[in-house]
Amino acid sequence: MLGTALIVFREVLEAALVVGILAAATRATPGRAAWLAGGIIVGLLGSILFALGTDAIAELANGIGQELFNAIVLGIAVLMLAWHNVWIVSHGKQLAAQARSVGDAVHDGKLALRVLLGVVALAVLREGTETVLFLYGVTVSGQVGLHAILAGGAMGVASGALVGWLLYAGLLRIPLRWFFTVTATLVLFLAAGMASQAAGFLIQANLVPALIEPLWDTSALLPGDSVLGILLHGLVGYVARPAGTQVLCYVLVLLAIAAGMKWAKPPPHPA
Amino acid sequence: MTHTFTSYKSLPALCVAVALLLASAHVPAAEPEYKLTLRNHRFVPTELRVPAGQKIKLVIDNQDASAEEFESHELNREKIIPAGSKATIFVGPLKPGRYPFFGEFNQATARGTLIAE
Repeated sequence: MLGTALIVFREVLEAALVVGILAAATRATPGRAAWLAGGIIVGLLGSILFALGTDAIAELANGIGQELFNAIVLGIAVLMLAWHNVWIVSHGKQLAAQARSVGDAVHDGKLALRVLLGVVALAVLREGTETVLFLYGVTVSGQVGLHAILAGGAMGVASGALVGWLLYAGLLRIPLRWFFTVTATLVLFLAAGMASQAAGFLIQANLVPALIEPLWDTSALLPGDSVLGILLHGLVGYVARPAGTQVLCYVLVLLAIAAGMKWAKPPPHPA
Repeated sequence: MTHTFTSYKSLPALCVAVALLLASAHVPAAEPEYKLTLRNHRFVPTELRVPAGQKIKLVIDNQDASAEEFESHELNREKIIPAGSKATIFVGPLKPGRYPFFGEFNQATARGTLIAE
């Protein structure tokens, strides 16, 4: 049961961190709770569908369908997070003052909520598909009783969600004047980490060269499978042995979003 | 506000440009193929010798009735292999050494090592 719980926890954790950060980042957006919940539900339903279709996906494109699927999902999430960050920066003052969106900002606000739903759904979809496949696998193999699987699965989901909630609750304690900077920075690194992961899948599929692999090895200093390593992987995309292309994509996305945010920042006059 | 939109719209274009650049620099060659089999949630063979210094194609045949996730921190690779199907993973070029891998869904039994020499 504990073995089941641990694996489910690890899968849920990554999605929970994304949801926790986004839930905090959008705290001032009206009606966000329903959209967050919607994203989770869409992601869960999608997980079941994709788990059922794994064989078909795996066989696509000469056996690299899974890598393409992962890279595309991650790529879309990166674009959505980038848009979200640029939008938050250009509306930050307004949102901080709890002002209702007016004029075309209403349309923009709705789009921001759709983007929120999209990113949450994609994060849940990716990790959820693996969880469904794993739980189905243990059930079929019959080595663990159904009750133990259900209990372990529930424990894993609950503890993963708890970490996400702790992150969310912790972020909400940050004073408002720092709040948007902190959450936008977290989203920035989240996006860069996803870009690096997407590059990793394309390297694994032999679609892009690794350049140098690994570019460095910090596994002795901070193993990727340690608690801190796993947390940092989920938060900022930490990889102990990254390929050169992964680091390149990480830095490029980081710089591109940061530049977009700098551009979008309203001139420093009182609102 | 128009500059806001140009800035985030240029991002996908940038990514595509980088991807194309990388893809154009990349000449595919026939990589030597190595096979692993998953049976009763164990890898066969448990030790696989591969040449160091060149990219290899690892084909994993999952003969079990449930999916497995091939994972290796040392190789920086992870991939789900559906029940009763084969998966391809490109690895390397590796430095000589031992690279442990495992099946994440059956970690107690599904363990093995890639030996690059």
